[in-house]
Amino acid sequence: MDVLVQLLDATIRVSVPLLLACLAGLYSERSGVFDIGLEGKMLVGAFVGASAAAVSGSAWIGLLAAVGISVFFSLVHGFASITHRGNQIVSGVAINFIAAGSTIILGQAWFRQGGRTPALSGDARFQAITLPGADAVKDVPVLGLIYSELISGHSILVYVAFLMVPFTWWVLFRTRFGLRLRAVGENPAAVDTAGISVTWLRYRAVICTGILTGFAGAYLAVAQNAGFVKDMTAGKGFIALAALIFAKWKPVPAMFACLLFGFLDAASIRFQGMPWPVIGKVPVQLINALPFILTVILLAGFIGKAIPPRAGGVPYVKER
Amino acid sequence: MADAAIELIGINKSFGAVHANRDIHLEIPRGTIHGIVGENGAGKSTLMSILYGFYQADSGEIRVGGKPTAIRTPNDAIAVGIGMVHQHFMLVENFTVLENIILGAEGDALLGGSIAKARAELARLEREYGLEVDPDAIIEELPVGLQQRVEILKALYRGAEILILDEPTGVLTPAEADHLFRILGQLKEQGKTIVLITHKLREIMAITDNVSVMRQGAMVATRVTRQTTVEELAELMVGRRVLLHVEKGAASPGEVKLTVRDLVVKDVRGVVMVEGVSFDVRAGEIVGVAGVAGNGQSELIEAICGTRKAVSGTVLLDGKPIDVTGVADPGELRDRGLAHVPEDRHHVGLVLAFEEAENSILGYHDDPRYLRGPFLDNDAIIADAEDKIKKYDIRPGNPHLKTANFSGGNQQKIVLAREMEQDPGVLVVGQPTRGVDVGAIEFIHKRLIAMRDQGKAVLLISVELDEIRSLADRILVMFDGRIVGERGPEASEGELGLLMAGVEHKEAAE
Amino acid sequence: MSTPFAKLPAWADYGLIPLINLLVAFVVAGLVVLLVGENPLRAATILFDGAFGNGQNIAYTLFYATNFIFTGLAVAVAFHAGLFNIGGEGQAYISGLGVVLVALSLDGIMPWWLTFPLAILGAAATGAAWAFIPAYLQAKRGSHIVITTIMFNFIAASAMVYLLVDVLKPAGSMAPETRTLLPGGQLPKLNWALEALGMSVRSAPLNITFLLALVMAVVVWALVWRTRLGYEIRTFGFSPKSARYAGIGETRIIIVTMMISGALAGMMALNPIMGDQHRMALDFVAGAGFVGIAVALMGRSHPAGIVPAAILFGMLYQGGAELAFEMPNISRDMIVIIQGLVILFAGALENMFRPTIQTIFASLSPRSVGLSAARGEGA
Repeated sequence: MDVLVQLLDATIRVSVPLLLACLAGLYSERSGVFDIGLEGKMLVGAFVGASAAAVSGSAWIGLLAAVGISVFFSLVHGFASITHRGNQIVSGVAINFIAAGSTIILGQAWFRQGGRTPALSGDARFQAITLPGADAVKDVPVLGLIYSELISGHSILVYVAFLMVPFTWWVLFRTRFGLRLRAVGENPAAVDTAGISVTWLRYRAVICTGILTGFAGAYLAVAQNAGFVKDMTAGKGFIALAALIFAKWKPVPAMFACLLFGFLDAASIRFQGMPWPVIGKVPVQLINALPFILTVILLAGFIGKAIPPRAGGVPYVKER
Repeated sequence: MADAAIELIGINKSFGAVHANRDIHLEIPRGTIHGIVGENGAGKSTLMSILYGFYQADSGEIRVGGKPTAIRTPNDAIAVGIGMVHQHFMLVENFTVLENIILGAEGDALLGGSIAKARAELARLEREYGLEVDPDAIIEELPVGLQQRVEILKALYRGAEILILDEPTGVLTPAEADHLFRILGQLKEQGKTIVLITHKLREIMAITDNVSVMRQGAMVATRVTRQTTVEELAELMVGRRVLLHVEKGAASPGEVKLTVRDLVVKDVRGVVMVEGVSFDVRAGEIVGVAGVAGNGQSELIEAICGTRKAVSGTVLLDGKPIDVTGVADPGELRDRGLAHVPEDRHHVGLVLAFEEAENSILGYHDDPRYLRGPFLDNDAIIADAEDKIKKYDIRPGNPHLKTANFSGGNQQKIVLAREMEQDPGVLVVGQPTRGVDVGAIEFIHKRLIAMRDQGKAVLLISVELDEIRSLADRILVMFDGRIVGERGPEASEGELGLLMAGVEHKEAAE
Repeated sequence: MSTPFAKLPAWADYGLIPLINLLVAFVVAGLVVLLVGENPLRAATILFDGAFGNGQNIAYTLFYATNFIFTGLAVAVAFHAGLFNIGGEGQAYISGLGVVLVALSLDGIMPWWLTFPLAILGAAATGAAWAFIPAYLQAKRGSHIVITTIMFNFIAASAMVYLLVDVLKPAGSMAPETRTLLPGGQLPKLNWALEALGMSVRSAPLNITFLLALVMAVVVWALVWRTRLGYEIRTFGFSPKSARYAGIGETRIIIVTMMISGALAGMMALNPIMGDQHRMALDFVAGAGFVGIAVALMGRSHPAGIVPAAILFGMLYQGGAELAFEMPNISRDMIVIIQGLVILFAGALENMFRPTIQTIFASLSPRSVGLSAARGEGA
């Protein structure tokens, strides 16, 4: 039981950045703007968040800075792909590189710790929150353990991430903005003829993406870890992208996809070098590659079909 | 007229060199159904797009309900009570009916209230106009007729008093079209003003109160429908154009080269565009297919030439079948002597980014004449291109010039030269002179006649009726996916116009 | 509503606009240098000197450029078919396997000049095979090739880690790498060529793979512009509808083009493995596959542009290393930023300055952009 709870606890922790980035991508891609730059935006968010937290001593200022820079990068993506109708893939690739390079260069120049930011402690880092009554129920079998170990004891951003799932669902399916967002990703001409600005709508969507990738970055560097380490996203942005496809661009399945991919990650660390229950010894690299393999299989339509938003990747040009 | 719903005063609109609308004056009385007819490219859709704020006029004034109104965006149009049902529906296909209806007119930032309100309003509209549709159905699962109903409901939900319908029956079955007309009649009774854009005269006669005719960007006449006839409208639509004079002798048809039997073709949306078409083309004759664009001609030639899969039917080339329902390979058809000048030279017949010489082998690039092993034989290709440039007077005569830099007429000559010089047995030509200057038109027409005189079988598709009349030895008229009549070249313009407008001959005679 | 881009003279289209885009990318990179408190002009001088200052540096520059020529050509070939192969990194990585399997089995029994051609085939075949799967899935199942190739980069990386750690590592060794290749698996250096030109090279990894890269540049040029296949690839890339009309099969073109692209990316593996390290180590590709995207965009997908663009990036790579000595605030990662900026300005924002340039041209000589177009825009 203890092992399982620990494993699930680890799953939650590694799933959170995936989940935030995945939901981030959902806003952009649902509006018809493909974004393979989640990784880069998360990375700059982590770096700037950790830097600001280190300098100001406040995790909240770190979060704010992370969101700020991440939104800025989103706007660059929007400027290229919405305003100038550039190739969305190319723009995303560019953002990833600019992020990867600049976080290392600036990190070294500003802090001289080999690309790290100063270690965060105290208020400069989001601390674990003990939920009310967690200590009291600790000894209650099963449920108590789950509540005190699994549900309680995470930083605020973990709770934010999971609350973002119903919130995103609500925004998407219960608000005017969500309705228009989904419409513009499917048929921008319908939105245009309904008298709604396609450009402004898509910009708002990529801003949402920026905010959430900023949260994801801040979680990595200011909550989960005590500072920024170079290349700390290590492909998480792409796993999030895979999860988004796997979830067929829907918020609740996105959460499950992220938890699944997070679980694989947590389990591969936990069982490294050890035989797995039931299946025996599995190379850890296979587990690491599993999110990508599964996504490829899904995309190929062998297990259901992932149909992206129909106007995705195509700049909107008013037809004549 | 005191009670005009819409007045257009001196509207002008140009796209580059194309003067799409010139000095348009129009008054549409409130509570009437007003038809606007004209051939393709007459400027009807542009005019309506201006009225709906999709484009802005270069000059002129729009008055709605007597008041000068600036309509800069669709929002402005919606605000003054103008609604539009587009030819290609502006619906989000995986949304429900209700979601589509409220899109852009949600009211609150939260949907809960607006959805409930929309549901009630929808129920009211349904009752009032007999426009039943399941509000929770997904659009893509609805038949086209119902999708169109959703478009109408969308406009009514926004409080439209003036409803513009752009070619609304193009995608409908006759039964669906009749139903639509009943709905439009009811809307009129409720005091709505309806503008119906169409090229089908039968519809105009059936339901409109007044009709305006557009031709080449100008508004040429407005009539009270009861006081006019299809013949008059057809004539106004087509105009008394001087028939381009083409010298040609009598045809001497030989053996059957191309046989088409019961061909059925659907377009990408799954709408049946060609419905059981059969005909033959013989060596030494030009068979012209006349018709207003969108009546299945494009799909017909694409299916014959292997660039679109047919649903059923047979096509024989020199008596041997073409696999039109399976994997007809345009390359293989070329080898069998079927040349194809496609309607769309910009996206299909040519690669505009290529040099002229590269385009002059498109589709024939695997011909050993142009190859040295796996390599292109550049010398041979250039020599061949230069030869064609000379023969077809393509200007500028530079085979290395990028194709995009040639004029429309010269681009078309590049395609024609390529297809004709292969000495095919059958030549299928779509819109040979669309966007081509007058000088080139004459040249192209002469070439087509020459092909015929050499004993080739020529199938000609054109929306230019005078082109068909001056070139074809037999004229097939296509309407709604069917061949509705065959006439000789001596048939009058009025007679063909009526057939093209879907008025059956006996009906017209009444 | 009028034509969005009026015509410009060809020299402005192919020369001026790309140059301006590139210039802006470097100006922004200069701002980053300023941001870390260094002088961009001095940085540029050191960089240039570090790349071309002496024979040794030039040899290194060309060594890096070799990698980028291969990956740049790989991306370019796919671009010509309208395909975006982001998978060069993974294709190059996995191709290390093709190289090293040939080299490991033959280096003891054959001289290098027999091993080399077989290793080329091994590299090309592995890269092509790795690119085949995404190509097939795109052509037959409609999976977006960009996403699939990204996924395949990660799958390749995992597979290679597994193979190096668990399979290829010699028993008793700690480092996740293969055994060192014998002389039969080591390629001769080219440093003598630079020395023949009067330069001195102490020891640099520049080897004959560089010549192979140049040969491949010519081969790609011939393939794309001089063969029937290249004609078909370009037709499909410009206009899939025209390709259909011309009887060019979509499936065949997608698969063949991607396999060629993968083979080119795969050949990159020869350079570090047989030419430099004489073993296969973890992450030997080191981002070269991605640099290829910038190189292809900058070289406008033409070998005549790709080779200089690759040398420019080789210069950034080599000069960047020198720069890191002189300016402690700057590391080689500076080139990752430049790479990103080049991709942004020469790729995604390639048309940003076009309207401005057109306005300038129109005011200078109205005839050069066509009067009617200018009027259409004013309306």
